[in-house]
Amino acid sequence: MTHKIEIDGVEATFSEGETILEVAQRQEKEIPTLCYDPRLEPFGGCRLCIVELEGARNPVASCTTKATPGMVIRTATQAIEAYRKTLLEMVVSENREVDIPPLRGYASGELADLRDKYAVNGTRIAGTTSGTSKDDENPFILRDYELCISCYRCVRVCAEQEGDHAINVMNRGFHTQITTEFDGLLKDSACTFCGQCIQTCPTGALADKKALRAVDEVADTVPDKTRTICPYCGVGCSVDILTKDDKIVGIHPAMDGPANQGALCVKGQFAYDFVQHSDRLKTPLIRADDGELHETTWEDALDKAAEGFRKVNAEHGRHSIYGIASGRAPSEAAYLMQKFIRVGFGTNYIDNCSRA
Amino acid sequence: MSNPLVDMQKPDVIFCIGTNMTECHPVAATGLKKAVARGAKLIVADPRRIGLAEMSHLYLPLRVGSDTALLLGMAHVIAREGLIDDEFIENRTTGFDGFFEHISQWTPEWAETITGVPAKDIETAAMWYGSASKGAIYYTLGITEHICGVENVQSLCNLALMTGNIGREGTGINPMRGQNNIQGAGDSGALPNNYPGFQSVTDPAHQMKFKAEYGREIDLEKGITKVTALELCGDSIHAMLIDGENTLLSDPDREHCEHALRALEHLVVIDIFLTETAELADVVLPATAWGETDGVCTNTERRVQRMRAAVTPPGEAKSDWWIICQIAQRLGFDGFDFDTPKPIFNELCRISPIYAGLDWERIENSEYQWPVPHKEHPGTPRLHEETFVNGRGIFSNVHYRDPAETISENFPVWLTTGRRLQSYHTRTQTGRAQGIDYLLPEESLEVNPADIERWNLSDGEWCKMSSARGSINIKVKATNRSPRGTVFASFSFADVPVNLLTGSGYDPITHTAELKVCPVRLEPL
Repeated sequence: MTHKIEIDGVEATFSEGETILEVAQRQEKEIPTLCYDPRLEPFGGCRLCIVELEGARNPVASCTTKATPGMVIRTATQAIEAYRKTLLEMVVSENREVDIPPLRGYASGELADLRDKYAVNGTRIAGTTSGTSKDDENPFILRDYELCISCYRCVRVCAEQEGDHAINVMNRGFHTQITTEFDGLLKDSACTFCGQCIQTCPTGALADKKALRAVDEVADTVPDKTRTICPYCGVGCSVDILTKDDKIVGIHPAMDGPANQGALCVKGQFAYDFVQHSDRLKTPLIRADDGELHETTWEDALDKAAEGFRKVNAEHGRHSIYGIASGRAPSEAAYLMQKFIRVGFGTNYIDNCSRA
Repeated sequence: MSNPLVDMQKPDVIFCIGTNMTECHPVAATGLKKAVARGAKLIVADPRRIGLAEMSHLYLPLRVGSDTALLLGMAHVIAREGLIDDEFIENRTTGFDGFFEHISQWTPEWAETITGVPAKDIETAAMWYGSASKGAIYYTLGITEHICGVENVQSLCNLALMTGNIGREGTGINPMRGQNNIQGAGDSGALPNNYPGFQSVTDPAHQMKFKAEYGREIDLEKGITKVTALELCGDSIHAMLIDGENTLLSDPDREHCEHALRALEHLVVIDIFLTETAELADVVLPATAWGETDGVCTNTERRVQRMRAAVTPPGEAKSDWWIICQIAQRLGFDGFDFDTPKPIFNELCRISPIYAGLDWERIENSEYQWPVPHKEHPGTPRLHEETFVNGRGIFSNVHYRDPAETISENFPVWLTTGRRLQSYHTRTQTGRAQGIDYLLPEESLEVNPADIERWNLSDGEWCKMSSARGSINIKVKATNRSPRGTVFASFSFADVPVNLLTGSGYDPITHTAELKVCPVRLEPL
């Protein structure tokens, strides 16, 4: 049997195990979702991704329904779209606010975007706010549950992606609340502060406190992004550095990073501000006759650096000079360090910091 | 790593030894967690009851420095139980007959006397790994930072070779590299025994190639390692150029190291902070940092990736490559007239067979894992699939050796060192990141509660910890993560310089320090 289904009148092929949503996304269908994160197991909580399936009595959630041969799907009928709009109206009505600073997290604008797309104005269904924000002293993760829509993405990313199971759900229905064991602080839970919950949250209920602190005055402006690799261990996670006016204001994991597929740890997510720390060396230093290091010009420092090697080479020979390359600097630095020693002195007196 | 990171989700038996992956490589560890959730069996060998041990199906709490004995015992059981892969051994390896004979004497009962791990658990581990259709080994510095680091790695290779657990998806021997470009530093030839691309300096063909490339005679013999160079400071080594390493805190035996660097006539340090090492320099040159520098790095799975500048560097800080070029030009060296990093990387690619198919543009999307021998080559996510680089996999008849120093009446406790999740290396970076202090404000010594009582210490109080090389004061923390008789501290905090104590010995081949084993004495303050 061929693996084909029909989506909005067009035939589409699929592989065993694929969901209707996955097939439809490949056909570039814009199906709205809130509880969906492609890295996680399908959940079917928000019901926004419902589609019409010919022969089924009710619409089905496309994120949890596996494609089977011969299915005939309609993704955006008038009825489906109306249903989605009503769902969104209810979701929006439960939140304190929908427009939040873009720096709250990677996905934090998803609800606002859908509200705009479906022109939900929030007046038809007015109601009580669900969720109680948690006062958590930690410097990284804001727990503003008045914006929570109970999509469970945070709970699931913590369990499925990180394997930490630090957060879970208490209560039911309207009183559903994301919490930690014994409803305590994240620090006292199994949380490792990897920040994945922040980055998957579609409403900004969980937010990057550090980024929010960094950009108070420009909270509404969208930061620039630069793709690079995390500066810590050897896993080589891809990240986007968020910048505003030449200042690093946060880090987003790269969802398509080949080594990390969107995952990060506490260091990669939050320990970036050493870069623009006031302790950074800003000018060259040379040791003067008083035995202390003093600021100087590049010309002076480079002359002195070169002169020292020339002198030692002349007095003690080329085997008296040694180079240690960095495991933190880019390969161009390590390459030139070894070239400096090999071309300059004709020795193999070069190593890097891998032995300790 | 022989295998790509994506393979971490695929084994049916995972053997982790000497790797605290959930803290030191947390994102890689997520792959293992997924494999375990899927039903893979996890065997963890580590002296400490680390996070991975808590997740494991079988935990082997071996005594520090006894890895070779454990692995010999496992090899014995695999052979005894007939769990060897005859076809693989026949087609891909050499020296098995001698090895088979060699391991017949190293029974799990013998291994128990060395490691302290019950023989039946060693047997179970061997049976699981030996029976796996996809068995994968992961290790880190717990294997290599010993005087027998080479034997430890060879022992792991023996296990993989005898069971055919290499060269296939979800298998392999996978060391996790600790720094973002430590792989790239080696790839680039910053090694005393290899030119760029791991071309041996003692191979006449490579010697000719680099003589022509660099336009001069270069020593035909290997250079000395950093460890030897530090020992010779003031003696025959008189000048050093150190780029981005806080040698003083990261290396063992800090007093020796400080003495060595002070004995130099000329020390030039390139760094982003005035580190403890830079404070000893004659010239300190301010480098651009991560986020300010365009360049290339290579990760633990040999993936060659671009790093990109996002912000302007502070003050007059300059890129490392620019600084090195400037010094070289002043000394009249040829081949240092670069204006951007791109031609430097392209030169590295041109002269390195493992990078030959790469250039600055091609690695834009992080698609390639080396070796990439030519432009049409798709890269090599998995090593050793068809053949080994040297032809056949070689069995090594290793013997167990005691650590350089063993516990004694004077120093009756094993100290082992490592890293913690929230801090990195000597904290030049994480120590300056807002918020990290909330999670980890200070260093403490992890001591088993029974030992706290035994040595008259108190949880949360300070103690004096001494080794043959020195003493430090450190706060005591009671935890069952440490077994009785073994304590742990990280080397990250400058005010608790654990590396004043370490440095009992080095692997004779790699010159890697035995940072994982150091007999100490604990006394209340």
